[in-house]
Amino acid sequence: MLPVIWFWIVAVMIAMYVVLDGFDLGAGAIHLGVARNDRERRMVLRSIGPVWDGNEVWLLASGGVLFFAFPALYASSFSGFYLPLMIVLWLLILRGCAVEFRSHVDNAVWRPFWDVVFSFASALLAVFFGAALGNVVRGVPLNADGDFFLPLWTNFMPGPNPGILDWYTILIGVFALATLVQHGSLWVNYKTEGDLQSRARRTAFAAWMAVVALTVAATIASFSIQPKLAQSFAEMPFGYIFPALALAGMGGVAVFLKRGEDLKAFLASAVYIVGMLTSVVFGVFPMVLPTVGDPSTALTIHNASAPEYGLKVGLAWFTPGIILAIGYTTYLYSKFAGKVDLDEAGH
Amino acid sequence: MESALALHRFHFAFTITFHYIFVQLTLGLGLLIFLMKLLALKTGDERWNEAARFWSKIFAINFALGVVTGIPMEFQFGTNWSRFSKAAGGVIGHTLGMEGLYTFFLESSFLGLMLFGEKRLGQIGHTLATAAVWIGSWMSAYVIVATNAWMQHPTGYHLGPKGEILLNSWWSLVFNEWAFWQYFHTIMGGIVTGSFVVCGVGAYYILTKNHDEAGKRFLRLGVPVGALATLLVAFPTGDMQAKLVAQHQPATLAAMEALFETTKGAPLAIMGQPDMEKKRLDNPFIIPGVLSFVAQNRWTAEIRGLNEFPEDTWPDQIPLLYFAFHIMVGLGTLFIAVMAAAAVWLWRGKLFEAKPLLWALMLFLPLPYVANTAGWMTTELGRQPWLIYGLMRTADGTSPHVSSGNATFTLLGFMGMYSLLFMLGLFMIWRELDHGPGTKGEASSGY
Repeated sequence: MLPVIWFWIVAVMIAMYVVLDGFDLGAGAIHLGVARNDRERRMVLRSIGPVWDGNEVWLLASGGVLFFAFPALYASSFSGFYLPLMIVLWLLILRGCAVEFRSHVDNAVWRPFWDVVFSFASALLAVFFGAALGNVVRGVPLNADGDFFLPLWTNFMPGPNPGILDWYTILIGVFALATLVQHGSLWVNYKTEGDLQSRARRTAFAAWMAVVALTVAATIASFSIQPKLAQSFAEMPFGYIFPALALAGMGGVAVFLKRGEDLKAFLASAVYIVGMLTSVVFGVFPMVLPTVGDPSTALTIHNASAPEYGLKVGLAWFTPGIILAIGYTTYLYSKFAGKVDLDEAGH
Repeated sequence: MESALALHRFHFAFTITFHYIFVQLTLGLGLLIFLMKLLALKTGDERWNEAARFWSKIFAINFALGVVTGIPMEFQFGTNWSRFSKAAGGVIGHTLGMEGLYTFFLESSFLGLMLFGEKRLGQIGHTLATAAVWIGSWMSAYVIVATNAWMQHPTGYHLGPKGEILLNSWWSLVFNEWAFWQYFHTIMGGIVTGSFVVCGVGAYYILTKNHDEAGKRFLRLGVPVGALATLLVAFPTGDMQAKLVAQHQPATLAAMEALFETTKGAPLAIMGQPDMEKKRLDNPFIIPGVLSFVAQNRWTAEIRGLNEFPEDTWPDQIPLLYFAFHIMVGLGTLFIAVMAAAAVWLWRGKLFEAKPLLWALMLFLPLPYVANTAGWMTTELGRQPWLIYGLMRTADGTSPHVSSGNATFTLLGFMGMYSLLFMLGLFMIWRELDHGPGTKGEASSGY
């Protein structure tokens, strides 16, 4: 029972990360396109400035929790995904510097440089995170010790000898980019006014259409690549609640955007993301890292989790900790609520 | 395999050393900014708020670099040390997970309010936000030190049937006796860096007659805090840590002093070079009895030399360990002298005219960074050849499938990127120092 609880805790924390950092990654990806002058670019950055660091903490906290609850998964996946993970770390570093340092110096070379870094790093991160998810769904060539090492690519085919990038994981990467562009555009649409807002709004509509098409494509591809997905939904039909949630979110985005209810449209996008991620997680459960080879080598919540004492004592410190974390996050967002106002001192 | 091991070790050493440049200033400057806010509240003098805003700008740049270089640390245990992670994750994952949940959320939420919330929160609320960032950084330091302390001195576990490490007492993990002194030693080291940075900038402002009013203010706060911290970092915190090493890692203590023969009244070397071939200290300049006193509080106590321990349990980089330890101790002694002199002159009201002392304070600015780095090198090299002392050798902890080519690739990537970050940080901080404390309403120019 304890491994199941921790499985869902990690899943929800990662979903929380994607929802929160997802909108600032998305805002970064559209930064060059929707914000055309320095004033607008500062508005995009101010809309995420006070919160992006806190959003990224959900990634770090998920990493820490994964470390003690599923040490074998942490060890196997981080060493096996060595190259893409390092590239992700470099992109996170560049992007963090861009957000923090861009507006410090008023110079015609400095600001455009960091704008480009910010936008490209954000977009690439979205693609890499999507590809990472694709790798987990497809599975990796685990050996008997539960270890593997994936090259960046082999022949771009998801066969017995896959690379990080194959047509399937690239598809999921593009899908993730579209999803986060939708999510980030809805955030910018909600937080800003004027031309910037209307451009963000149009981008959100376009991204929504791409998301609808890619949802269909990615779903078909995923079910054909990972047979466990169909099996899970057939064995436990209550699991259909997760894709239903995603569909409701998807519909909500279009409806609320049409009605001009910007906050609700953004939240619907969050519901869509949570629905999609929980569908995947439900689909592969109880595996945490499927294999492309002998199914008995797959990492599951049983062979990758820490012993019972650790999981039990972990719950004791995790529970108050997560309540505090949610408290801080809520307080921070309430302090910076409302539209971005460039003329207001600070913020 | 041998070369992959060396690369993984250097990979971790390089990234964590670079990360710690920013961490140590955060630990000290967070406290000093909070004290500035308190002084502003107490005296009603707006210039203390101006000082706090100025240092918050530098804190923000430093913190941002600390955050971005800290992200890789959370993942590097898994990427480069997967066998260690698999074996020990069920233990040290607790302290690392607690760091994420209890400290990162606190720091990241309140940093925004500290930098951009002075008007929204009012002075008392803003002072509390500053305190939250400061306390968050100290809590973060605690769980990291507790993690390291477990690797130095594992407690609260038993070994399973297949030799697996099973946590059986969370309390002994979190309240490891080793962590207690190591923590206060680390924190004091951070305050030494913070106060030398504040004093160094203050001295520079006075010497250049630019913002000298603010410079004097920095010294009035930085010198007393620095004087106290330079003493506390040596005694009792450093002293107690040395006693723990003497008790639990006797081979490490001998290696730190390059003491090959067991000696009664063992000396402390002021200078000398370990000669690993002839197994002796070349050109020794020693004070008899001091090592015995440091280790056991008795001038004549017997200290076991390296020759009493099997060579395969000696730290594998004895000369480097020896020099790291001596650089730390030597610089620490100089810090006490400089800060004590500055405190006396400040008390007599003559510090701001004492040019040689101001020059010394300014030129000492980078040295606490060297001392803190040397201190961590002493800790980490001293633990070798163990990754978890007595339980797992460093050579057995690496990721078996990450080749030396891949490790070289990412090491070079980090070296390149961090060189750029270092220049970027220096450039940004130099600009702020050049502008000096201003009268702007908020700490940061914002996004």
